[in-house]
This record gives sequence, C-alpha cells and structure tokens, in this order.
Amino acid sequence: MAKLKLNFSEPSHVIGVSLLIGGVIFSVYELVHDPDIFVTTLLKSLALGSVYAILALGFVLIFKATEVVNFSQGSIAMIGALFISFMVADENLPIVGFFWEIKNPIYSLGGPEWLMWTLSVLVALCFAAMLGLVIERLAIRPMIGEPLFSVAVITLGLEIVLRGFANDTVKIQYRNINAPWGTGGFKIGSGFVNWSYFAAMIVAAIAFVAVFFFYRSRMGIAMRAVAHDQEAAMAQGINIGKVFAIAWGAGAVLAALGGLFATQPPVRQTGAVDPEVSLVAFRALPAVILGGLDSVQGALIGGLIVGTAEIYAGQYLSGQTAWLGSGYPLIVPYFVMIIGLLVRPYGLFGTPEIRRV
Amino acid sequence: MLELANVEVVYNEVILVLRGLSIEVPDGQIVALLGANGAGKTTALRAISGLLDNHNGEITKGTVTYNGEVINGRKPSDIVLSGITQVMEGRRVFGELTVDENLICGGITIKDRNQTDEAYERVMDLFPRLAERRKQVAGYLSGGEQQMLAIGRALMASPKLLVLDEPSLGLAPKLIEQIRDIIVDINQQGTSVLLIEQNAMMALSIANFGYIMETGKVVMDGDAKKLLADDDVKEFYLGLHGEDGAKKSFKDVKHYRRRKRWAS
Ligand SMILES: Nc1ncnc2c1ncn2[C@@H]1O[C@H](COP(=O)(O)OP(=O)(O)O)[C@@H](O)[C@H]1O
Ligand SMILES: [Mg+2]
Repeated sequence: MAKLKLNFSEPSHVIGVSLLIGGVIFSVYELVHDPDIFVTTLLKSLALGSVYAILALGFVLIFKATEVVNFSQGSIAMIGALFISFMVADENLPIVGFFWEIKNPIYSLGGPEWLMWTLSVLVALCFAAMLGLVIERLAIRPMIGEPLFSVAVITLGLEIVLRGFANDTVKIQYRNINAPWGTGGFKIGSGFVNWSYFAAMIVAAIAFVAVFFFYRSRMGIAMRAVAHDQEAAMAQGINIGKVFAIAWGAGAVLAALGGLFATQPPVRQTGAVDPEVSLVAFRALPAVILGGLDSVQGALIGGLIVGTAEIYAGQYLSGQTAWLGSGYPLIVPYFVMIIGLLVRPYGLFGTPEIRRV
Repeated sequence: MLELANVEVVYNEVILVLRGLSIEVPDGQIVALLGANGAGKTTALRAISGLLDNHNGEITKGTVTYNGEVINGRKPSDIVLSGITQVMEGRRVFGELTVDENLICGGITIKDRNQTDEAYERVMDLFPRLAERRKQVAGYLSGGEQQMLAIGRALMASPKLLVLDEPSLGLAPKLIEQIRDIIVDINQQGTSVLLIEQNAMMALSIANFGYIMETGKVVMDGDAKKLLADDDVKEFYLGLHGEDGAKKSFKDVKHYRRRKRWAS
C-alpha cells in the first residue's frame, strides 16, 4: 500500500486536509442537530458507495491484469442485469432465450422464493462471465501487443455495439428484477431506509472478501504476477491467456452485480432494467480513478468516498439548487475525483508508474 | 542436450541481431556464453525460452532443439514444461509479491504438489536467507537476495536445464562468489547450466566449456580452462593485461574488433 505524505507547502494538500476537517465538523454538527436524517443519509451513502465499489472492482480486476480500461463495463452491466431479469422474471435461460425459450429449471424445483431467486441470479452471473470470456477472446486477445490506446478504443466501440444490441434487438424496457427484498424498507424518525441498501452492502462485502482470497490463491498470485511484470510471468510458464480470461470473466460478473443494484435504491428507484443501467458504470468511473486504477483497496475506498460525497451533497445542498442546478449531485463524483487527483495524481492507492515492457 | 544451430533472429522485421549462432549445452555440464554488452546474449536466451514474441522478434533461420526435439516457436510455458527455466537479466522478481508467492509462480506449471513441496524445500536449503524472509515483499529485498530469489524461483519447476542471464550483474564481489558457488551446487545436484555472463572470469572459473560471441555469432569457443589460459581472452575479456589489472575500456574492445577484421 502506498503511503500518503502530507506536505503543507503544497496547496492541493491544504485543500484536501481542510475539506476533511470541514467534513468532520459538519458531520458532528449534523449528527447532533438531526440524528435521524444524518444516520439514514449515512446508510444511503454506504449503499451507493457499495454499488460504486462493486463496479470499480470490476474495472480494477480487468485493468490490473490486462492494463485495459474496459469502457464496455457499462453495457456488460446492463446485459448482466438483463440476464438476471430473463432468469427471474421470464423464468427463461438467457442468451438462448433470445431465440428459443428454454425454461429456467430452478423455478420448477420449488422451494423458498428468495432461494430460487438467488440461485437463478448465480446462473445469470455465469452467463455474464461467459459474455466476458467471449469479449476477451474475440476482441481483446487478438490485440495483445497493440498500443493500449487502441484496445481502449475497441472497448469503447464494444460499448456502443452492445448497448445498441440490447436497446434495439432485445428492446429492454423496464424489465423486472423481482428482488426478494422488495421495494420496501423502514423509517428512522423522518428518514427512510430501503432494504436494498443492505443487500448492496452485503454483496459488496462478499465481493471484496472473495477477491481478497482469490488474490492469495495460485491463480490469483499468477494474476498479480502478470500485473507486475508480464514478460517475467510468461517466463515462469504462467498462461497469460488464462489470466486475461479469468480477469474478464470476473470483471463481467462484477459489472452484472453492479447492473443489478443499478436498478435498486439508492441508485435508482425503478427496480427494473432499462437502458439507463449502462450509464451507472460510468458514474463509478470517478471512484475508480480516485482510488487508483490498479488497486483493490482503492476501488473500495474510492467507491465509498464518491458515494458518500454524492449522497451528502444531494441531501444537504438541496436548498441550493437555485445556483447549483438540480442535477448537481451527479457532478459531485467528478469534483471529488479532481480534488483527489490534485493530491495524488495516480489515485489514492494507485502505483505511481506502470512498469510494463 | 540443448542445441542452437545457425540461429538467426530479427527484431522488428529488420534488425538482424543473431547471425547464425551455434552453441551446444550437453547434459550435466556448465556452459558459459560470454560476450560484451549488445552481443546478443539475451536475444539467444529469448530464442531458447520462447520470449522473442514479446519483443517483436523472430527466429528467421536455424533451429533450437532440446533432446532432439525442435522447440523454436513454442510457447514459453511449453518450454518450462519441457524442463528449461531461466533467471532473467535484471532479476525481474515480482516486487509486490512475497518471497513465497514469487516461488509459487516459479512452480506454477507443476501440477504435482509433492514435487513443488520438494523443490521448495531444496530452495530453502540452498538459500537460508530466503527462508528467513519468506513472508516479506520481494521489492524490499537487497539486490543479492533478489538474485537468490530469482534463482530459487527458476528452480521451483525442477528444471533439467537452467539458463542464467548475467546473474553477477550489479553485485558485490563477495555476493558474486556466493552466487557462483550456488550455481556449482545446483549443477552437482543434476541440473545442466547455461551461464550467460559479461564477467568472463567468474563464468569460466566454473564452466566446462565456453563460447565467446560478438555481434550475433560465436567468434571463439573451447574448453573453459583453455579459454582462461588464452592470451586474447585474457586481454580482451578478462582485462588482465590492463594497467593495475583494471578492466579494458570499451574503446579497447573496439580496437580489438578492428584488429579481428584485418586478420580475417
Ligand atoms: N526488443 C528489441 N528490439 C530491437 N532491438 C533489440 C531488442 N532487444 C535487443 N535489441 C538489440 O539487439 C542487440 C543485442 O541485444 P542483447 O541480446 O540484449 O545483447 P546482450 O544481452 O548481449 O547485451 C543490441 O544491439 C540491441 O540493441
Ligand atoms: Mg543481456
């Protein structure tokens, strides 16, 4: 982990520290002044931060292994959410279901609703992983050795193609997710908390713990070796193609999970998949860049910081729309990112230089 | 036995770097491949280990055979599986991984866990210093320790042939001696060694046979003892005749090349 050295002759550090101190004073004041709203806002920002962190982790896994910023994460998130909708609402297998309908066998087994839903989502995630593998195989593997910029542009093109396919061919419009936690929640005084907040936090926790353990497995160690020095990793006999494939498969699963929560509060209230889901991944991009493109901790911390800033700004500056404009909370992540980058140009936890031949 | 026969390597489709290199590494021996900076030693190693692709390089002529099988153009992982591993120039340890994790990478091609456990024990015996630092991140090791780790990592796949690219580079004389003794140990435990070096003295002192290469081909070869005794080698590669026994400068090497050209 990189160390953060403060230097008070550096204006950006002064700005960063004063914002931090200001934030603490503000938090203490609001906590005393109106604890209900403060606590519900806190839960809401942890939830949004969790969704951003899940999406950021997908970007980081792929970037660490392949040095590609995958700009098609958004459409993968949308298609992943679409797969989930196919599985749980239409009760059909995805992909194949586009052409022939094959029933999702899980719902004919019977059992508690939430269990069948969870199992169906896991199957949908497997299909999302396959989508990641196919993209890697067809569009990324042939580009190994080409300039990274070209590869990034290819992923951008993929985003447009996949989004077009989902919008026009499949015509996704408000497809249900049927989340077992429903649309309900509970009240804390005058504040409201959705059950989906906790679902997002739990899934984020599981995802980060899973990645933590994966990185300590043989395959995970190999992936980190590839991230550090690709040629030296090849010299050990590490199969780069396999590492790339696993990174893309896992990245696609994380995108799909992000897509699932992009339909839920606090991200959006619709509870259904629609074309906007693909934009949510781009809302997570400031979190990735703030945390550092190649850092797992960075994805978590960056996601939480950006999510918190967005929700708190939305809550406590809502009287100021006259001069901020009503869409201002969506700008906040970029504002936070820019301040963060002024303090640390390569992200809070990122590696200063990328060593690669 | 490893055999390179008339190998030509071209980078970027135009830069001819190996111009018909022929060397042999018989089983059980230590063979030294010597030459000045830029002679093409590392390129020869890449041709053996399948890493030319990474550098947009290609074998355009000749063959690399190992135990009678042609291995040019095979994937690096297949080369490792066939029994050849390498210690790359500049160590190239995975700095963000621990010592143990680096060693796991070295044994990644081996599916049999008993075999990697045994190899691990052997590495720990050879390098007690690494044993003390097993959980430490490799980037914080000293240069000598990193070189030991790089060698240990290459031993994790239990190679039949180990290729080392300038293992003495940047190390203090004491450490060079240590590394040299370890190479002898490894060889006595049954692994053939191809030792690529600029430090001809160190390499020839332990090798059975030596090749001296210049601009992509062998200009002199022979028994290591004979090469050590050879006046030309002494003067131009061991620098023994320089004032104060100091190494000859690059200019002198150039002068030597000019003289060679007249002679031939
Ligand atoms: N990736 C590369 N692309 C182009 N030329 C290279 C490349 N690598 C090495 N060379 C050239 O090949 C020659 C031999 O290099 P190298 O094999 O590294 O020599 P040595 O290891 O003996 O110092 C040098 O002139 C070097 O500039
Ligand atoms: Mg070299």
